[in-house]
Amino acid sequence: MAWLVVRLAISVSLLYTASAVFEDQVGKFDWRQQFIGKVRFALFDTHSQASKKLLVATDKNVFASLNSRTGDLFWRHVDKIGPEGHIDALLMYGQDAVVVTGNGRLLRSWETTVGGLKWETVLDTGSFQAAALVGVQDFVKYVAVLKKSAISLHDLSSGSQIWVENLPDSDTVQYQTIYSGGNGLVFVFGVVPNSHIVIVEYKIEDGEIMRKKSVEAAWMSSLESSCTVISSGILLCVDQITQSLYTLQLQSAEQTEIRQIHLQTLDLEVASGFQPVLTSTQPNPAQPPLSEFFLQLSPDHHILLQLKDGLIAPLRDFNPSYLAAFATSGERTVAAVMSPKNDTACSINLFSADTGRRHLDTTIIYHMDPNGGKPNRLYVHAFLKKDDSVGYRVMVQTEDLTLTFLQQPGRVVWVREEALADVVTMEMVDLPFTGTQAELEGEFGKKAAIQDGLLPMVLKRLSSQFILLQAWLAHLWKLFYDARKPRSSVKNEVTIDTLSRDEFNLQKMMVMVTASGKLFGIDSKSGTILWKQYLENIQPDSVFKLIVQRTTAHFPHPPQCTLLIKNKDTGLGNLYVFNPIFGKKSQISVPALPRPVLQTLLLPVIDQDYAKVLLLIDDQYKVTAFPSTKNVLQQLQDTASSIFFYLVDSSQGKLSGFRLRKDLSTELIWEVVIPTEVQKIVAIKGKRANEHVHSQGRVMGDRSVLYKYLNPNLLAVITESTDTHQERSFVGIFLIDGVTGRIVHEAVQRKARGPVHFVHSENWMVYVYWNSKFRRNEFSVLELFEGAELYNSTVFSSLDRPHPPQVLQQSYIFPAPISTLEATLTEKGITSRHLLVGLPSGNILSLPKMFLDPRRPEVVSEQSREENLIPYAPEMPIREEWFINYNQTVSRIRGIHTAPSGLESTCLVVAYGLDIYQTRVFPSKQFDVLKDDYDYVLISSVLFGLFFATMISKRLAEVKLLNRAWR
Amino acid sequence: MTVNVCVCQSGDAVDTDFSGFSVPLEHSFEVDDVPRFRLRGALQLRGGRENGVYLSQNQLSEKDRSTLKDVAAVDGLYRIRVPRVSLQADRQTERQSEGYLTTFVRACSLVESHLSDVITLHTDVSGYIIGISIVTIPGSCRGVEVEDEVDLEVFNTTISVVAPVTAPVPETAPYIERMEQEMEKKGKNPQEQKSFFAKYWMYIVPLVLFLMMSGAQDQSGGGAGGGAANGGGR
Repeated sequence: MAWLVVRLAISVSLLYTASAVFEDQVGKFDWRQQFIGKVRFALFDTHSQASKKLLVATDKNVFASLNSRTGDLFWRHVDKIGPEGHIDALLMYGQDAVVVTGNGRLLRSWETTVGGLKWETVLDTGSFQAAALVGVQDFVKYVAVLKKSAISLHDLSSGSQIWVENLPDSDTVQYQTIYSGGNGLVFVFGVVPNSHIVIVEYKIEDGEIMRKKSVEAAWMSSLESSCTVISSGILLCVDQITQSLYTLQLQSAEQTEIRQIHLQTLDLEVASGFQPVLTSTQPNPAQPPLSEFFLQLSPDHHILLQLKDGLIAPLRDFNPSYLAAFATSGERTVAAVMSPKNDTACSINLFSADTGRRHLDTTIIYHMDPNGGKPNRLYVHAFLKKDDSVGYRVMVQTEDLTLTFLQQPGRVVWVREEALADVVTMEMVDLPFTGTQAELEGEFGKKAAIQDGLLPMVLKRLSSQFILLQAWLAHLWKLFYDARKPRSSVKNEVTIDTLSRDEFNLQKMMVMVTASGKLFGIDSKSGTILWKQYLENIQPDSVFKLIVQRTTAHFPHPPQCTLLIKNKDTGLGNLYVFNPIFGKKSQISVPALPRPVLQTLLLPVIDQDYAKVLLLIDDQYKVTAFPSTKNVLQQLQDTASSIFFYLVDSSQGKLSGFRLRKDLSTELIWEVVIPTEVQKIVAIKGKRANEHVHSQGRVMGDRSVLYKYLNPNLLAVITESTDTHQERSFVGIFLIDGVTGRIVHEAVQRKARGPVHFVHSENWMVYVYWNSKFRRNEFSVLELFEGAELYNSTVFSSLDRPHPPQVLQQSYIFPAPISTLEATLTEKGITSRHLLVGLPSGNILSLPKMFLDPRRPEVVSEQSREENLIPYAPEMPIREEWFINYNQTVSRIRGIHTAPSGLESTCLVVAYGLDIYQTRVFPSKQFDVLKDDYDYVLISSVLFGLFFATMISKRLAEVKLLNRAWR
Repeated sequence: MTVNVCVCQSGDAVDTDFSGFSVPLEHSFEVDDVPRFRLRGALQLRGGRENGVYLSQNQLSEKDRSTLKDVAAVDGLYRIRVPRVSLQADRQTERQSEGYLTTFVRACSLVESHLSDVITLHTDVSGYIIGISIVTIPGSCRGVEVEDEVDLEVFNTTISVVAPVTAPVPETAPYIERMEQEMEKKGKNPQEQKSFFAKYWMYIVPLVLFLMMSGAQDQSGGGAGGGAANGGGR
C-alpha cells in the first residue's frame, strides 16, 4: 500500500466519507485467528478413508471440527463459559457426535460434516458420571448416560429417552463408570471406597435390573482412575499399594471373588508414588473390547499386556516411553508408542495390538521444541493404505498447549498454538531499525564520535549517506521489480531476520503472555508467530504483569521487556527478562524477590543503558530497584522525595500512599479507608503512561477556553456495594490523587450494579454499569475541568493545585451488554478519541467520544452549535458500520489493547479472547494519508499538462508581442 | 452535595448548643520526618442530613512556629490526621473504630501561605469519614521569607465535609417531553411540516439526473480528508 503524507487536512465539504471498511479493504490490514483451547477429547473421523475431520472438545467449552490436513477449523461451537457449558463427554459414531454438556444437563447430537445440531435432550438433574454408546447386535443404537443416582438410555437417532432407572443404594455407593459389550446388557460399576465394588446389570430393552452383585475390594478408592473393562467382559483393575492387578468376570454368576494377580509374578513394579494407568480399547461399541491393554508403570514406562485364557502375559515392554495410544482402522487395531530418541527428539512407532510386533517403516520422528513443553497427549489416526498395510498420523499435544500434527516420516503437517486462546496481557513493541537506519542513528548516538575529530566525522557522515543512497536505490529497484509482478505473488514472508520498522511504524511486535505461561511474539501485520517461549513451572492462575523497560529506540541496546509472574495465593513473584523482538532471555541478573510483591512502579528514571527503572514494593514496604546499578541508586536518591506510590488493600478497603526515602525505605504519607461493610473496592486504574494530550483546553462557543484538569497522578477507584438488593445497591466512583491522597471527586451511582467496565484517560473517565432498577446497561462519562483559567500552565504538580476541579457528568443508555472497554490511542493525541466497546456478540464497536460528552446540551443553542456539540439523547446509538471487525467476530472477547502508530491518524487495535483480532482504526479518518485509489496519473498529467500549456502560451505570447512590435 | 462550611479562627467562641460530638484533629511536623502527632484542635461534627463541621483550634506556640519554619526549610511534610468516625447518630457507639486517616501538605507551602489551609473531610454514603485532604492557598513554595510573629500564629482554616454526589442517570423524561413539544410545534404550522425534499424536489431531481448522467464513476474518490473537522473537535 502506498502511503503518502499530506500535511494539510483537506476540506471536509468535498468529501464523501465512509466510516466502515470497503469490501476490497477486508483483510488488508486486519486479521483474525481462531482458537479452541486445551484439547480434552479428540476423535478422528474413521467413518470413511478420505475423511479429514478431527473432532475436538476443549476446556474452553468449545466443540469444533478441525481439518486434519491443514489444521483449519471446519466449524466451531462456543458454549457458555464456566460449568454450565462444560463438555463432560464426547462420543462419536458414524456421522454423529454425541456431546454431554453442563455436568450432565444436556445431551446433544451433532452432524459432523457441517456441524449442525441434530437433536438436543435435557437430562434429569444429577451430577454426571459417565456416558457410553450402547450397541445391540453389531449396531450402535443407544447412548447411556450415568448420573450420580440414575442411569438413562437414549436413542441415538432421535435423542428420545428409552428408559431411566434409579440406581440402587446411590447414597452409599459411588457409581462411576459404565460399560456395554453389545450383548444386550449395560453394566454400571459403583464403589464403596475401601470396602466393595457394586456391579449392576441392566437389560437394554426396558432397563430391568438383571443382576446386582457386590464384590469385596478393600483396596479400592476410585474406580474411574484404576479400572477398565477388557476382553469379553472382564473388569480389570490396578492398585499401586498392593502392587497387583485384579480381574473379575462380569457375567459369571459364580465368581464373587475378585482375582488378584501380583505384578511381581509378571516381573513388573509400579514406580513409587505413581498412580498406574490402564488403557484399553473398544474399537466398536457394539462389540467387546480387545483383550490387549497398556499398563503405565511410571511416567516413562508403558507395557503392552494381553489377557488370554484368564492369564495375563506381557506382549511388549516399552521402556522408556512417554505416551502410548491405541487406534483402529477397519478390523485392525494398532498401538502407537512415543519413546525418547535423544534430548531433542522423540520417535513414534506403530505396533500391532494383538501381537506387539513392530510395523516396519512406521517411525515418525517428533522434534521437541526447545522453547516448548513436554508432550503429554497422543492422538493417533490409523488408516489402511492401498497395499493393506496400516498407515497413521498423530496429533501430539504438549504441556504448553501446542497441537502438532505429524505424518510419516516426521513431517509436521500443521501446528496450532492453543495457548493463545487464553491471552492474559500483551504489549506492542516497535520493531528495530534496519541496518542502514541504525547506522545513521549510531552516528549521532555514539558518544565516542566526539573524540574522533572533524575529518573522521565528515568521512563517517559521507559513508553513512552513501549507504543510505545505496539502500534507497535498492529499494526503488525492488519496487520497480515488484510492480511488474502480479500482486498476489509479491507477498513476502515475514521472518525474524527480515523484521524492520516500516515507514510509518505500522508494523509492530505483539508480545502476548498467555495463562499457561507461554510467551509469544507475533508480527502485527500478518499474525505470524515469530517466536515463542514456554516458561515452565508456572502455577495455574498466576498473575502476570508485562513491562516494557527499554523500547527499540536506544540502538545499539536491545529492547527489553520484563515479565513479573506472581503467585496468586502467596504473592511471591519472580521476574523474567527478555528481548521482545527475538524472544531470547536476557542475561541480566534479576533481583531475587523473597517477599510477596505488592506493587510495581515503572519510573521515568533511566539508567546508563537507557532502561527504565522498575521499583518493586514488597509486603514490608521495602523497595527493590531493577536494574539496581550504582547509577540508578544515585538517581533514585536524588529524586527520592518526588517518588510516590500507592497501595491498595481491597480486603480492608484501604488505600495508602507512600513516599520513597533516600535509603530506599518508604514512609506512609496518606491513608484513605473505605469501610468494607458498605462497599468493596473492585477496580482501580490510573492513566496510561504513553498517552499524550494535545490540547490543554476546549474552545467554547463564546471563544473562551475551558481548561482540562489533566492530573497524571489521578486514580479512578470503583467500588460496589455489599448490599445487592436492587433498590439499595450502588456503584461508587472515587477519583483520588495518587500523590496526596486527596479525594478529587466522589460520586455514587445509585441502583446500580457491576460488573463495571471503565476507561480513564486525559481529563475524563467513562464507566459502564448495570442499572438494576431499569434493568439495562448504562454509560456514564465524567469530565474534569480546571475552569476558565489555569492555575499553573507550565507544569502540573499534585502538591500545588489547591482548587478542586469542576466535574461534569452525564449518563446514557447503552442498548447492549458489554464485555470490555478501551479507548483509542494515537501518537500525539491530536486525533479525536473513540471508545472501543467489545460486545459479547464478538463485535467491536468504535464509539466516538463525541457522543460521550457531558456538555451535550439539552436544548440546542447558538453556542453549542458553534462548539459542534450533539444535542443530548438518552440512548446511545449502535450503528452497524461502527463495528470495526465487520463479520470477523471475536469470541469471548476479554481485552482490547490499543497502541499508537507512527501515523497520527492511525491507532493499532488488538482484541483478544478466545480469538485474536488485529486491525487499525482511524478515529478521525485518514486525514494524513492519501487514499489507496488516489489517482496519481491524473494529478501528474494535469500538472504536466498545465506546465506545458504555460510554456506554449508563453511562447505564443512572445511571438505575438514581437509581431505587434514589428507592425 | 451537602457542604457546610465554617471559617473558624482560633479564639472564636464555639456555639455551645451545638449538638454533635467532637473528635481531635492532630498534626505533626518534625525535622527528622518521623510523625509524632499532637493535638491541633477539636473538630465539632454534627450528624444527620446536614453534615456540619466546626473547628476550634489553638494558636501555634513559639516552639512550634520555629519547628514549622525549620521543617519548611528542609522541605519536610506537615501531616494531619483524624480518627475514623461515622457522622451518623445511630452509629455513635461504634464510631471510634480503629485507625486514623492521614494526609499531608508540604510544610513550606503552609508557611508561605501564612497558615491558610483548606481541610476537607470526605464521607461515604453511610456517613463514615473515609478521607481527609488539606491544601494551602496558595499552594506553591517560592522560598518567600515569612515573619513568624505575625503570620504563623493563627490558622486561617476553611473546613468542610463533603458527601458523595449522586451521579446522574440517563434523562429520558425531559427528552421525551422535548420531543413532544417539537412534534406539537410541527403540528401547529403545517408549512414547516413539509420536508426539505418535498419543498425543493423540482430543483433536486434535475440536479441528481444531471449528476447521474455526467458520470458517478468515481464515488469513493476522495474520502481522504474527512478527519479535519473531527480532529479539530477536541
